[in-house]
Amino acid sequence: MKKINKTAFLLLAISLIVGLTSCVQDKSQKGALAGSTAEKVFVAPGEYDDYYAFLSGGFSGQLAVHGLPSGRLFKVIPVFSVDGEKAYGFNEETKPMLETSYGSIPWDDSHHPDLSQTNGEIDGRWCFINANNTPRIARISLKTFETVEIIEIPNSAGNHSSSFVTENTEYVVAGTRFSIPVPQKDMSIDEYKGNFKGALSFIKVDPDDGIMSIEFQILMPGFNYDLSHPGRGKSHGWMFFSTYNTEEANSLLEVNASQNDKDFIAAINWKKAEEYIKAGKFKTVPTKYAHNVYDESTHSATSTMEKTVRILDPAALPGLVYFMPTPKSPHGCDVDPTGEYIVGSGKLAAALTVHSFSKMIKAIEEKNFDGEAYGIPILSFDATLAGTVQQPGLGPLHTEFDGKGNAYTTFFISSEIVKWKLGTWEVLDRKPTYYSVGHLMIPGGNSRKPFGKYVLAMNKITKDRYISTGPEVCQSAQLYDISGDKMELLLDFPTIGEPHYAAGCPTELIHPYTQKIYKLEDNKHPYVTKSEHEAKVVRDGNNVHIYMTMIRSHFAPDNIEGVQTGDRVYFHVTNLEQDYDVPHGISIIGAKTSELLIMPGQTETFVWEPKNIGVWPFYCTDFCSALHQEMQGYVRVSPKGSDVPLKWSLDGEDL
Amino acid sequence: MKKSKLIMMLGSLLLVSLFIFPLWNITLEAPQYPEPLGMDIWITKIADHNPNDVKNINLMNHYVGMREIPEHMKEFDIFPPVVMAMAILGLLIGWKAKPKFYLAWFVLMSVLGIAGMYDFYQWEYDYGHNLNPKAAIKFVDEVGKPMAYQPPLFGTKTILNFTAHSYPMVGGYLLFLGMFSSIVAYYISRKEDRDDALGGS
Ligand SMILES: [Cu+2]
Repeated sequence: MKKINKTAFLLLAISLIVGLTSCVQDKSQKGALAGSTAEKVFVAPGEYDDYYAFLSGGFSGQLAVHGLPSGRLFKVIPVFSVDGEKAYGFNEETKPMLETSYGSIPWDDSHHPDLSQTNGEIDGRWCFINANNTPRIARISLKTFETVEIIEIPNSAGNHSSSFVTENTEYVVAGTRFSIPVPQKDMSIDEYKGNFKGALSFIKVDPDDGIMSIEFQILMPGFNYDLSHPGRGKSHGWMFFSTYNTEEANSLLEVNASQNDKDFIAAINWKKAEEYIKAGKFKTVPTKYAHNVYDESTHSATSTMEKTVRILDPAALPGLVYFMPTPKSPHGCDVDPTGEYIVGSGKLAAALTVHSFSKMIKAIEEKNFDGEAYGIPILSFDATLAGTVQQPGLGPLHTEFDGKGNAYTTFFISSEIVKWKLGTWEVLDRKPTYYSVGHLMIPGGNSRKPFGKYVLAMNKITKDRYISTGPEVCQSAQLYDISGDKMELLLDFPTIGEPHYAAGCPTELIHPYTQKIYKLEDNKHPYVTKSEHEAKVVRDGNNVHIYMTMIRSHFAPDNIEGVQTGDRVYFHVTNLEQDYDVPHGISIIGAKTSELLIMPGQTETFVWEPKNIGVWPFYCTDFCSALHQEMQGYVRVSPKGSDVPLKWSLDGEDL
Repeated sequence: MKKSKLIMMLGSLLLVSLFIFPLWNITLEAPQYPEPLGMDIWITKIADHNPNDVKNINLMNHYVGMREIPEHMKEFDIFPPVVMAMAILGLLIGWKAKPKFYLAWFVLMSVLGIAGMYDFYQWEYDYGHNLNPKAAIKFVDEVGKPMAYQPPLFGTKTILNFTAHSYPMVGGYLLFLGMFSSIVAYYISRKEDRDDALGGS
């Protein structure tokens, strides 16, 4: 019954959108119910998944850590949105992480995770991800699985063609989707054309500690910069961006940005950019952007406001940028593992366009140009074209590669993944997705060395796929085995938010090196309490600082008196445990903030402003031990100006 | 130098390894501890087998009222000079004394060893029985007596959710090897004497 409905729906949807198509729904989905298929994704209790998959949380602003092939969700890492569960953005230590030039922002839209690389291979050190709405790039440590750095991107808006990593993690690259006045000014929107600009940012990554800094921005014409990918191998040193709205429309883009027969893939020679920077051919312009760094020894973040950025003007700097005409508003811009092919997915085109890097270089050398746009040479379409994949499906978006000469492209409108061959451009296989796939991910996809065993499709729509949760239902991911000639659907699992894109790699690149605890002896938090004897309460005007410890199964101190209404009470709480997986939590009645969830050896702080007199309990919020329910305490709050002395104790004894 | 002398001297020298390697180990296994907790017993200290193990053993044990594993014990003052003295004595005996003193050294070592094990047993008994009367968790055995948590002197034993293993470590094995060497040296010396006697006639 269900099957019939689904097929009917699909057929209806497709014919509504585009009329008759070449797309034929594959019935191999039935195979997914077979026993042998279940075995392929079964990870026995206590066993480990073979791959990590980092799925962006989309409008949740976060990053989800799943295992493959099981699809199990292990952690949601808070990145751009506050998280009451982990106190991210609520405790004093992480509040600076969400600072921007616009002030503190509690939410964003996270899109494209990418993993750090060495020599074109994933090295398991960091994951980067972009915030789309208020442009930022975050770096997540894969030792602690915590967000350790966020840098804001000035002169940018709709930070979409981000955050893609070059092959030695020289740069994380971020491009603007919306062009805007640079610098911002009060002007008529109708004057968009020719006046708005699009900034492409190259963010340097320190090879030792990963600290990011904006090395330079290239100020491009006012197109929309949609996605990007780095060259690799022979094309290392280049970065490719897809563009749309080369029409430079500023209203009703669905029509007005779909008029040009071809938009561009912009090829940026960033090695050349480095030369221009060295030669001083840049302009230092004033701007404002936040740079937030979490220090793993003080367990605290700091936010610094940066004041300038270096700008390169491609019209004035020959050899820096070339445009490759690409049909119909290309979305994905994907480079194959050899670095030779650049696949442009013209999302309104009937064919996939593949450019050749070596032909591009030849065309540049021979000045095989077809005019220019705002001083940037346009290469002749035929000169860079490697081939086209004819009639592959409808609405191509993204392509990944298996490292065996095959490419896999998602088709949003026809809701399928199509496997095709590089070089011959023939379609080899197609499988439906349920429904409306966006990105897809092969572990190691954005590298020289893909691990071509699985492809993960990330779907925007699930409708009837799961038991209903009312009008709002989850989005999903689907896992396909691609080790054989034909793709095989193995698994279908729900995701958080919107899984825009994902990055994946083998378990052994990360799992053995993860951190288990924070060493108490290395804790340099300014309010750390390293033993119960050092626990204390200090009054400083209206501020009361409680230096508290937690260990199975009590707080020290757990009885505190002498706090007054109108005080600002800082709970600086150190988890004295030094054992794996023994976090404790804490919160107090009426606290207008989240709990703290403190890992062994870590110190965190929350603020409580008691308004009423009385005796108020606090307790451990994480079931930590057999006597977890006993892990509690009281704070006595007296009226302002009361002479009740400041006093703290544990088991009736002063500490 | 005669082989017997050499073995006796090397055997006594093996005692010095107790300053380099732990003597004994107690390991606690439980389902929540996929990496078991272990304490290594040296002649100078009780140390973590893996970082923080002693701290975590103390944390587990405090619920049933067991005291913390002491950072200092009188044994840590007594053992090092005794071991050093016996090593020197053994060397001197090997170098100068008649082989029958090898056996005397062995007997003395055995007496000291048994005394050491007895001392260890007493500490274990006290550690497992002398419990804080205010302990959060008070278990009783089948006959209603307060449960004791004494680790085994040697071997493996189940204590509540833990399986406790108590076995020698490298230092302990080298100690036994050293003691055994003195007996071997004695027997070799007798064979050497016989050979000398035969060769001399
Ligand atoms: Cu707790």
